[in-house]
Amino acid sequence: MNVQGRPAAPRRSWRAALAPWLVHLVLWPPLLVSVVHIIGFTGYTSWISFTSSTLIPENDFVGLRNYNSVLASRNWAIATENLLIFGTGFVVLTTAIGLTLAVLLDQRIRAENVLRTIYLYPMAVSFVVTGTVWSWLLNPSIGIQKLVRGLGWEAFRFDWVVDRDMAIYTIVIAGAWQASGFAMALFLAGIRSVDADLYKAAQIDGAGPWRIYRRVVLPAIWPIFIAVMVILLQYTIKTFDLVRALTGGGPGLATQLPSLVVYDLMFQRGLLGRGSAAAVLMLLYLLAVLLPYFAFVQWRKRRNARHG
Amino acid sequence: MAEAIRRQAPLSRWVIYAVLVAFAAFYLVPLIVTVLNSVRTEQDIGSTSVVGWPRELALSNFGKAWGTYCIAQRCEGISPFMWNSILMVVPATIISTLIGALNGYSIALWRFRGDNWVFGIITLGVFLPEQMKLVPWTLVLRDLGLSNTITALVFIHVIQGISFTTLFCRNYYVAIPPDLLKAAKIDGAGYFRIFWRIVLPLSPPILIVTVIWQFTHIWNEFLYGVTFTTGAQQPVTAALIALSVSVAEAPQYGVQSAAVLIAALPTLLVYLFGGKYFLRGLTAGAVK
Repeated sequence: MNVQGRPAAPRRSWRAALAPWLVHLVLWPPLLVSVVHIIGFTGYTSWISFTSSTLIPENDFVGLRNYNSVLASRNWAIATENLLIFGTGFVVLTTAIGLTLAVLLDQRIRAENVLRTIYLYPMAVSFVVTGTVWSWLLNPSIGIQKLVRGLGWEAFRFDWVVDRDMAIYTIVIAGAWQASGFAMALFLAGIRSVDADLYKAAQIDGAGPWRIYRRVVLPAIWPIFIAVMVILLQYTIKTFDLVRALTGGGPGLATQLPSLVVYDLMFQRGLLGRGSAAAVLMLLYLLAVLLPYFAFVQWRKRRNARHG
Repeated sequence: MAEAIRRQAPLSRWVIYAVLVAFAAFYLVPLIVTVLNSVRTEQDIGSTSVVGWPRELALSNFGKAWGTYCIAQRCEGISPFMWNSILMVVPATIISTLIGALNGYSIALWRFRGDNWVFGIITLGVFLPEQMKLVPWTLVLRDLGLSNTITALVFIHVIQGISFTTLFCRNYYVAIPPDLLKAAKIDGAGYFRIFWRIVLPLSPPILIVTVIWQFTHIWNEFLYGVTFTTGAQQPVTAALIALSVSVAEAPQYGVQSAAVLIAALPTLLVYLFGGKYFLRGLTAGAVK
């Protein structure tokens, strides 16, 4: 640019002066669009949740009326209860399967790559697709029940999907089928990152392979347990398509989840205010999971920094 | 570990393999069932169950699913919806990845005041539930005159996707040594030249991860598709639900299986050929 001893041409220096501004002109719009849409949309939905909006948004403040009616509704109570059952079952089952597979795959297995590819493929396919297929398998009149009966076991029953008390567990099974390969991948990466010296020390002490896992590897990867569980928990809160395709929330309200309630209120019943209140409650559920996790991550970072 | 493993009894090796293969079967069952049903006749499926070997090959299921099957009173199969999905996913993936690369570069390397705040807020977008954005999007689309168009979905997925693509690229670019940029700046290279000459040539791995992630997510996305489009404008995931609803009275599992398979094929292929990158995106998108 402005090389010493040779004065720059006026046009050039004009451009040089403009350059930093030009950069900001390019740099900011996409950043601003994302920031504004995240903050603005969250703020707007929160505002609508305090108004009497029905089919079209209104701008009158009605306090907590929508929240009260959502929280008092049977629909929401059942959805929350289902979320707790689904969340617990799904997280426990998925973590257990994922960890088992990771430990077994770590035993110098032939065809490890093929097996991993098979375990993880459900994550690449739409929940709508998998939900549809699962709904056939679970449908007693055409799926597994009919297959087993056809093989000669006439009294066999597997009708969870139409059973009000059991339907939620079919969501647990389909969800675990979908996500356990992902949990496996995270655990395996963690196991493989454990310091080789720790293994050696344990081996010199004469510890067998299972003892090494219990005493050395698993304690070393505990942060991964927490990460996996948090990821799975936030999946459960956001789950929509799987249930929509598998049971549609039914039978009755047996598999209703908060995400379905939001959709139902907003677009089926045309109650934007109440739907927004339900969406904000969903966000609060999510924050209840994520905020402690972020605090935990920060705490670990600071501790690691201090201990070098 | 090798020493310890060699000491294991052969029996426990067999048990390990048995468990691993059993799980592989468990994961594959829905896929195999779909593939088999897609070439079975309706009578065959109806008289036995959805789990079974085809008695005769009904390859016409694919033709019907693609071109003549009726979804919501339109008898053109899923092909129009597949095209909708392609028209949605290709521009949305490309645009959001490019913007993400620029954003990531700005935040990671072209430090500016407030960069951490901006990055923090964009990261929040990764976690924010879609339900929080449904009402605002409805209004924005209406005001832009984009209601019930594929363009609307492209628009939404670009803006939503920026959170993910920026996150991916920023975390990758942070590892580029600042000295490299300093040298370039001393040579008089500006924002664009540094991006073009230094950052972009280092980017292929992260761009592949980002493209695969965006493609898979946008293709599989359902809530926006079903909320913001109806009828002929729907992407294929939304149309599949309409299909399963419309055949509730007279199910056609064979044709539906073929349809489901066609709809799942693009992401399955991407996964098979880019599995490593897919996993990397999954990990980066989940753990942050």
